Order: sequence, then C-alpha cells, then structure tokens
Amino acid sequence: MKGLLDQQFEHGGVIITKVDDLLNWSRLSSLFPMTFGLACCAIEFMSTGSTVYDMDRFGMVPRATPRQSDVMIVSGTVTFKMADRIKQLYEQMSEPRYVISMGSCSNCGGPYWQHGYHVVKGVDRIIPVDVYVPGCPPRPEALIGGILKLHEKIRSESRMKPTAIEKLMNKESEHV
Amino acid sequence: MLFCWDASVCVSLILMQHTEQFVSPLAQILVFAVGAMLFTGMALLVSRLIRPNRPNPQKLASYESGETPLGTAWVQFNVRFYVLALVFLLFEVEIVFLFPWSTVFANEELNNQTDGAWGWFAFAEMLIFIVVLAVGLAYVWRMGHLDWVKSKPQSSDFKSPVPAQLYEQINKKFESASHPKQK
Repeated sequence: MKGLLDQQFEHGGVIITKVDDLLNWSRLSSLFPMTFGLACCAIEFMSTGSTVYDMDRFGMVPRATPRQSDVMIVSGTVTFKMADRIKQLYEQMSEPRYVISMGSCSNCGGPYWQHGYHVVKGVDRIIPVDVYVPGCPPRPEALIGGILKLHEKIRSESRMKPTAIEKLMNKESEHV
Repeated sequence: MLFCWDASVCVSLILMQHTEQFVSPLAQILVFAVGAMLFTGMALLVSRLIRPNRPNPQKLASYESGETPLGTAWVQFNVRFYVLALVFLLFEVEIVFLFPWSTVFANEELNNQTDGAWGWFAFAEMLIFIVVLAVGLAYVWRMGHLDWVKSKPQSSDFKSPVPAQLYEQINKKFESASHPKQK
C-alpha cells in the first residue's frame, strides 16, 4: 500500500497546508546527516559539528547508517572509486533524502577539473544535489549557510499536486 | 515518581500505578508487558500507514557501508573458537552457580541449628564442584587447547630498487642543519 506521505493531494485546503507546515518543520528541525567525509572538506564538516559551530543546535546529529540519515553531505573529492559507494549509500537512504554538495571538488571537480583522471566532475552527475556550498574548503559558516538554504527548500515543500503546469496549459488552451 | 526512558515504558508505568490497588504484583508485570506491546504495535502500525514505502535492491541489502557483500555468510571458523567458547561457558556456569550457593552457605539459621556443620558441608560440596571443573581446565590446559597457534613471521627477500646513496645525498645536504658545528 502506498504510504500517506507518498501520495499527492489535489485538494485539501487548509488541512493539507497545516500538515505540510508541521511535517516540513519537523523534517528541517532534525536533519540527520550521514557520517562520512571524503577529503579536507570533511575536516570543516567535523568542526561544524564541534562546540564552536555546534551543528546540534539545528537538530543535526550525525548518524552512522544511511537508513537513519536524512541528508548526505558530500564533503570532498569524489573519486570514481568512491562514486560507486556514494551512489549505493544514497540509494539506501530512506525518503525524503537530501544532498548537500560541499566544496569545489564535489561541486564540479574543483582543482581536478582538468587533469584529475580519477575524479568525478561534480557529484551531481551521479546523485541529485539540493544545495551547493562553494569554497575550497568552505568554512563551517559556509556549510551552515548551505544547511539553512536546505531548510528554506524543505520549508516550501508541499503534499499538494503541482498546479503550475496545469495553469499554464489552461492558459494555452484559452488562447487557442 | 515516574522516570520515563521510553514512551511505551511510560504508558506501562502509568497503567501499573493505576492498577496497583486492584491486582497482584505479578499481574502488574503482565499489565506492563501488554502495555508495552500495545504501544509499540500501535507506533509500528501508524508509521506503516504514513511512511513512504519505496523499497529497492540497495535498501534491502545487508551492508550499510557502501560495500556490496561478496560470497556467503556461511564461512569456516577456526575450531578453536568452539573449544574456547566451551571453556568460557565452564567458568561462567561455575560463577553463576556460586551466587545462589553463597546465600545458602552463609545461612545463619541453618548454621546455628547445626552448630556450624552446615557451612562446612556446603563448602565441601562446592569444593567438589569446583574441583571437577578444575579437572576439566587441567585437561584443556594439558591438551594445549589454551595455546593459540601463532604464525611465524616470514622474512621477504625483496630489495628496494632505490639506491641507498639517494638517501645519503639528502642527509648530507642537510647535515649542517641537523648537526650544527660547535664553535
């Protein structure tokens, strides 16, 4: 059976929007990142979790397994050897799942853009990315900025069916 | 006083408090168990109705580390683990039996009634039990089951292709820095 959260509603008005608000708020208030790091960005990721920057104040506690994580922070150089694993771990995460690409390497290959035969030129070629955090490596403040951007994205999610295309189609048919 | 470390335990504790006057302590445990099962079952059911359910081969895989499992989990273990487990059990059972024995051994009433002979009797019985087990240990020891076979380190005849003079060059270059001349 399809779960209630898997369905999209055509009408529901105030109830759905209130449920949306509740769900989005609870989701963005406890984004559990997956514990893994790939390169020097992972050091910044670690210090984001330390007392000075205190990732825990956003309700973010690193989890050791993809099955319990909500967000994957790809922190560092994605080699082809690792890309296989990243893809598998992403597929193992339960929905809703989000990805933050942290640093130039995972954004676009970074310094390995031209000559790195072993580096994936952007992690978005293998998994969908929600937020890109620029920097080499980004400071913890930048990563926190990315997390807040992800909060914004989650806050605007809805369980209503998207209507924009329908409206556009109606307009088109009116003109014809 | 309520200290709830789990929601289901909390519900059960509340149930227990309210049933305290009506049922026996053993029935309270039943109430506790039933309450815990009801609450957990309810939580599982509700989450089953609500959650998105999209299984895929990766999610159903057993490893969570990004690796793909190779081969089967039925692999051969060294038979010594079995012997070690047996020896461990031997000692554990011995200790577990010592606990109830110690309460009987130091029973003041029985000791007073028999003028201390009870204690000696209990002591002798436990001594026999321990000696029997010690014989087992001696056997295991004598047969060499406590010795773990260690592999001997094998020396390699690999010679590094880097000539030693390369290191000497570097060391010579910085000789003055690491051993400054005394003036």
